[in-house]
Amino acid sequence: MHDANANRAAQTFASLTAFAVLVNPVGLHARPSVKLTQCAKGFTAKIEIALAADGPWTDAKSPVKVMRVKAPQGATLHFRVAGPDGEAALAAMLALVHDGFGEA
Amino acid sequence: MDEILLTGHPASPGLAIGPVAVLTHAVASRAVRGDPAQEAAALKAAIEGAAAELAELIATVHGEAAEILEFQIAMLGDDALAEGAYEAVAAGAAADDAWRAALDAEIAGYRAAEEEYFRARAADLVDIRDRVLAGLNGANTIAKISGDSVVMGDDISPSTFLAVDWTRGGAIALAAGSPSSHVAMLARARGAPMVVGLGPLPWNGQPPSLALVDGDAGTVIFDPRPETRRLFEHRMAAANAAQIAANAGRLKPALTADGRRIAVLLNVAAPEDLASLDPAICDGIGLVRTEFLFEGSRGLPGEDAQYAVYRRILDWAAGRPVTIRTLDAGGDKPIAGLTIDGERNPFLGLRGIRLSLARPEVFRLQLRALCRAAIHGTLKVMLPMIAVPSELDRANAMLDGEFAALRAAGIGCARPPLGIMVEVPAAALCAEDFGAAFYSIGSNDLTQYTMAAARDIGAVADLNDAGHPAVLALIARTVEAGRKRGVEVSLCGDAAADTRLTNALLATGLTTLSVSPIAVARLKAAIAGATA
Repeated sequence: MHDANANRAAQTFASLTAFAVLVNPVGLHARPSVKLTQCAKGFTAKIEIALAADGPWTDAKSPVKVMRVKAPQGATLHFRVAGPDGEAALAAMLALVHDGFGEA
Repeated sequence: MDEILLTGHPASPGLAIGPVAVLTHAVASRAVRGDPAQEAAALKAAIEGAAAELAELIATVHGEAAEILEFQIAMLGDDALAEGAYEAVAAGAAADDAWRAALDAEIAGYRAAEEEYFRARAADLVDIRDRVLAGLNGANTIAKISGDSVVMGDDISPSTFLAVDWTRGGAIALAAGSPSSHVAMLARARGAPMVVGLGPLPWNGQPPSLALVDGDAGTVIFDPRPETRRLFEHRMAAANAAQIAANAGRLKPALTADGRRIAVLLNVAAPEDLASLDPAICDGIGLVRTEFLFEGSRGLPGEDAQYAVYRRILDWAAGRPVTIRTLDAGGDKPIAGLTIDGERNPFLGLRGIRLSLARPEVFRLQLRALCRAAIHGTLKVMLPMIAVPSELDRANAMLDGEFAALRAAGIGCARPPLGIMVEVPAAALCAEDFGAAFYSIGSNDLTQYTMAAARDIGAVADLNDAGHPAVLALIARTVEAGRKRGVEVSLCGDAAADTRLTNALLATGLTTLSVSPIAVARLKAAIAGATA
């Protein structure tokens, strides 16, 4: 899961972590997963999600892998971000979750 | 090949003739296989082709349907989906076998999910799997099914159905399937003839090229002899002429041959059903299903959103009575986050009014929105799945409460009359005991509960007969209760649109029938010929 480039990025840029609770009705389902991955792909940083603070971590740029997480409503979604635009990426991810992916 | 006649169950009336389009999963797998590099290239091309087809399709739909396709495109565009398939191909597997195995594993993961919502997404993965397989096999793909085809397969998904333009005269012939499936309902609403339960299709390899579908009799003839085809075309011409004559009478009030006035109302599932319809074709709306507001990924609708939709429907009706049914979730209509998952027998479980009373916070919101909309027309509210009077009494008390609260807050509102749907035999037998403002007979559920034959099980479709004397007796008993109590009785199930039953229904004393818009002309013509 960790390719060489990602490791280099992680060495250069400290990992940022944060978490948010999924408030939208059916959790991280099809539409939110698409939104999340589209948003993540807009950043060069490596972005990962998990249901627990210690992982296992999932590539937030892969809709297939994000859907495999099957995160239900009320779950706490943890983010781990590393890269030059990591701070902006993390803020964007958290805003999406807090906003219920626009489907309040 | 000589002609083949197959008999199944009629699911949507009408006659059609057209070239056969076989759905992908009924197509044999690929004959020619290449080396791993060629197989990988074939798989890559099929995946990209499938994504391109979806991108084309997405331009023709909107809303919920577009979101589903967007999701499928995102999944197809993700290398993680095909990772396992490419590994298998590199190890010598054929592209189609590898893809099928990889997707089946993914689908199994979804089917094992705890949440109903994620389980339901398995259908999307099946769609994706089959679309790519169709590309690999060089078969007719879903997007290429033209609207004048006879679509054949084991079963057909709603999304596949919706991707076809049925105004061009096509039809559906299924080996399995059920007359009560959602696709059958859609087919009846769109006027596409449909036959289900044909059983195993009796050919190997090359499918037939032409089919005649008789959605009235429930038969399909493949590769007809010229004489068979000629006779069928005669019948189609006669049916078309009858339809044109019926259409001419569509705007007139419905009168039986002996001069009895019958009110013909509309069943609608969403306000879009009313677009481009002239309100003059009907005497009002007999059933607005509100499930559409609650379906999909948007979550439960707010009060304002509901109010806006109800108001649009009342505005369209321009003073004609409109009966809106409160949420009828459960049974075969699960709603994520609301209905109970994994009930052993959902048709006998927490559905309809039972669910609404169990989730008062959701029900109260709907009642508030209905009270606010009631000032914009003649609104009546109907409760589904009522079995005992106390359910109606509790709903009446909640409606009183919401009405009083709105009025106290100075918000414009009116209290609509509350009636019951009669679909549980207990309610039909004891109809007189309910203080209902009206009765509306839901013949689909009344039939399945009376005959103990589920609507969605093809094997007992013969028993699921709304014309059975037991069902008609319960209808007559409800009509009699309405007469004694001086309240209106209508019938809003599929039986109302089945013109073979019109005489029998009118003989029970019914004077109000509610059908989908496509059936209005046909029903009025049948009423004109009825003497009951």
